[in-house]
Amino acid sequence: MAQVQRLAILGDEAVALAVKQSNVDVIAAYPITPQTIIVEKLSEYVANGELDAAFIQAESEHSALSVCVGAGLAGARVYTSTCSQGLALMHEIVYAASSMRVPMVMTIVNRSLNAPLNIHCEHGDVMAERDSGWVHLFATSVQEAYDLTFIAFKLSEHPDVLLPVSVNMDAFILSHSIEPLTPISDEDAAKFLPPKKYEYEIDFDNPMTYGTMALPDTYMEFKMQLKEAVENAEKVFADVVEEYAKISGRKYWYFNSYMADDADALVIVLGSTYGTLKTAAKKLREEGLKVGVLGLTMFRPFPEKQLVEVLRNVKAVIVMDRAYSYGGLGGPLYSDVVATLYRNGIRIPAKNVVYGLGGRDFKLDEAEAVLRMAAQGAREGGFDTHVQWWGVKA
Amino acid sequence: MSAKELVKKAEKGDFTYKTLPMAAMIPCPPTSPEYKTGTWRVTGPVIDQNKCIKCLLCWVYCPDMAIIREEDDSVKVDYDYCKGCGICSTVCPVKAISMEEV
Repeated sequence: MAQVQRLAILGDEAVALAVKQSNVDVIAAYPITPQTIIVEKLSEYVANGELDAAFIQAESEHSALSVCVGAGLAGARVYTSTCSQGLALMHEIVYAASSMRVPMVMTIVNRSLNAPLNIHCEHGDVMAERDSGWVHLFATSVQEAYDLTFIAFKLSEHPDVLLPVSVNMDAFILSHSIEPLTPISDEDAAKFLPPKKYEYEIDFDNPMTYGTMALPDTYMEFKMQLKEAVENAEKVFADVVEEYAKISGRKYWYFNSYMADDADALVIVLGSTYGTLKTAAKKLREEGLKVGVLGLTMFRPFPEKQLVEVLRNVKAVIVMDRAYSYGGLGGPLYSDVVATLYRNGIRIPAKNVVYGLGGRDFKLDEAEAVLRMAAQGAREGGFDTHVQWWGVKA
Repeated sequence: MSAKELVKKAEKGDFTYKTLPMAAMIPCPPTSPEYKTGTWRVTGPVIDQNKCIKCLLCWVYCPDMAIIREEDDSVKVDYDYCKGCGICSTVCPVKAISMEEV
């Protein structure tokens, strides 16, 4: 582990730095709102010769991701990033990338989808791609967004996985905030991510057919392969984070956990709100309230086994979603947690708090109120309702 | 594995999701000629060579290249791939092609 200078850096620029250090060959992007500074910074790196990669400016996000699929199959290490509408426009190719088993990394700076027009933080964009067969990781801080980029490449290119991986970071709260960052050295990065080896890369001497048609007699078998690959990512992730800990000193896990081990009441969340809840939980612990917080790092594959270990020991849980399944039973994370509870025979009250849509702030006193509500649920053995839209003027 | 063997296994259902090539990446292209799409046919064209005037309209119009053009511009049907769409029979100006169970 080489000594490195600690930085104060913008979230977007931290990710761009990680991508540069990951020694990518091809970056394809479409540079208009809702794009971020990530690819702008990368284009600078390429232009001034700091990064030897092809920067391909596509004519839309649909094309940007298509370029990534082609370049990935050609054996290049590829990267792209997008947000909200841009991701929605990629939708068709999102499924092609995973089903054609093309390793790549995409940072999704999570923003709300139209309408009404709004470019602020929300997880609705990635949730629309939840079932695409990608591995979805979530960062709770700028440091995590940086570290998870390396971890994502390693996971993506593992022979048992060979899948695209998304690293999600909250728009503005992380992407446009300056936070402290301890980077890894270029040497350690190169050691962690040696040049990509892809068994299926395009070879003109031994041509293969890619993207073939598969009719009803074989289609389900190919989807079963995808299912298995995504599930493999759960096991491989443990090895990858172990190896990353060796070069960085930072140990990642399926989730971040704050005082969850002896908690009566637990709040589970994705993204930067984990930090807010952590600070609030620290205060409530001083009052003697046994509350804990989990912030999931891995959302797909869903870390059921690891979550159950925590859920078995709590009396009530609140799941916070920054997205919603309209007409469904709650937000996407809530549905997964409730399914986890049911199929593992854990009969505790579970409530869904839907918050922060379209970038509405979720402040420290609100985090405190949610944790108090969780503690009350644990004390009383139930909640008033299944789903609450937090802070909506009704 | 050759294209012939791969297609044979696929047609017989002799595979599992583990034995199929990953993500339908076919290591032995092309496999499409091995798929005898003529099995899709209900009725197929039968050409009356006495009526045929060798205009080659059927050969031009066939969407599956299932009309074979001989040296002397006479035509015959490749029943391995003819799906029985009937276009050749419709475009024939002298009604030399009838659709029958073949």
